[in-house]
Amino acid sequence: MAEPILKVKNLNVKLENEEIIKDLSFEVKEGDVLTILGPNGAGKTVLLKTLSGILPYKGEIEWQREVKIGYVPQRLPFIRKTPMSIEEFFELKETSKKEIEKTLNSVGFEENFLNKNIGKLSSGQFQRILIAWALIGSPDVLLFDEPTTGIDIGGEETIYTLLTKLKEKRNLTILLVTHDLSVVFKFSNSVICLNKCPICQGIPKEVLSSETLHKLYGEEVKFYEHHKH
Amino acid sequence: MEQFLLSLIAGIFIGGVAGYLGTLMLSKKMALVAGPLGHLTLPGIALALLHGFDVSLGAFPFVILGIILIWLLEMKTKLPMEALTAVVFASGVAIAFLFLPIEQAETALVGDITKVSLSEVLVTAILCFLVFFIIKKIYPRMVLINISEDLAKIEKINVKKYNFFYLGAIAIIVALGVKMVGGLLTAALIAIPVCAARNLSKNLFQYIFLATSFGAISAFLGILLFKFTGFPAGPLIIIISASIFLISMIFKKGT
Repeated sequence: MAEPILKVKNLNVKLENEEIIKDLSFEVKEGDVLTILGPNGAGKTVLLKTLSGILPYKGEIEWQREVKIGYVPQRLPFIRKTPMSIEEFFELKETSKKEIEKTLNSVGFEENFLNKNIGKLSSGQFQRILIAWALIGSPDVLLFDEPTTGIDIGGEETIYTLLTKLKEKRNLTILLVTHDLSVVFKFSNSVICLNKCPICQGIPKEVLSSETLHKLYGEEVKFYEHHKH
Repeated sequence: MEQFLLSLIAGIFIGGVAGYLGTLMLSKKMALVAGPLGHLTLPGIALALLHGFDVSLGAFPFVILGIILIWLLEMKTKLPMEALTAVVFASGVAIAFLFLPIEQAETALVGDITKVSLSEVLVTAILCFLVFFIIKKIYPRMVLINISEDLAKIEKINVKKYNFFYLGAIAIIVALGVKMVGGLLTAALIAIPVCAARNLSKNLFQYIFLATSFGAISAFLGILLFKFTGFPAGPLIIIISASIFLISMIFKKGT
């Protein structure tokens, strides 16, 4: 049995006097892929940010000692306001050119991509750049916040294939936020349903019944069924 | 002739560093902040003109006041930046004109770099070097903070510390800028060269190089034009700057 890489106990997060996450407890084992599922405004992104240590909280968050975390944000709206090449973007992080090239290769970019203007990338390419950015410094854990819009299904397909590949190769533990139910079943071995309070958690096939989904999304779940034909 | 050279040197320093600083300010709407800051300095400029001391010196405490105001309004309330601009602009102008004789209004509003003394130029050059090195030192991390405070915090960057140096650099440049182009045009001094540079740049290096160059060139040509036409140098500098921006629109690379 693998050791838990993360233990969360009675986590409460309050932002500007509004309760965002209430009484959440869970464990993540090394090599797990944990999906955090929930409707808009459920606190999924806040949970990832809290786990990465940038938001104040009450309760316990205990990472395994000396664990390195990489964070992939949902989007970076301000990045297009500054003309910047991909190489310059990576140089904002303390790293070597060799590591930049190696990491870009591992997410499917060629070396000649380094000089490309980051504002001119497609949303799928940009997503892969953000993953590469998080992978610099060889993290043990990847926190991945899925963008809700802007990436087509084809692009999404490759992002998850890519994540699977990276997980194998780099021995990653992955925590991801998503709206897409199919991703949960195909890709993750553990799920937390969150709508401020935890609604269900465990192995996706066991805990994701139509009843829990209805509880999680309310009316919205119909949309998902419709979406999948 | 010597006076002309002095004003050219001061102008090139201020214009160049203002452009450099502007590249950090354009993202995140910070370029707009230079507007209210410039306007708020007007009472300080008025005091300096009345009592015959350095305009930048008079402006400086008001810039600091303005930065504290902006910091308070940004952090503590959710008031939009436009509201802030309106409030600060109106108050700055109103207070200044309570006691500023109308003959001196032009200097306060559009600046006058053409009468700088040798000692003023020396202080200006030293301050510009100081600001240049501060910006250079904080640049990569400031860019990351501008792109995403979250990513910066994950990299263990002390955002507050960097913002402090950043605002300090803004304070010095605005105080120097009002001497050259006055309380009304300082925002333009910082923002226009950067907008032109952005139109023409593919990467950060070009962006910084062009913004700094456009700032310095605008000041140089503006003061040169003043020498030949006798029109006030401040507005000329901004007009040159705006012309460079218009030209940059023509050469803009795609969208």
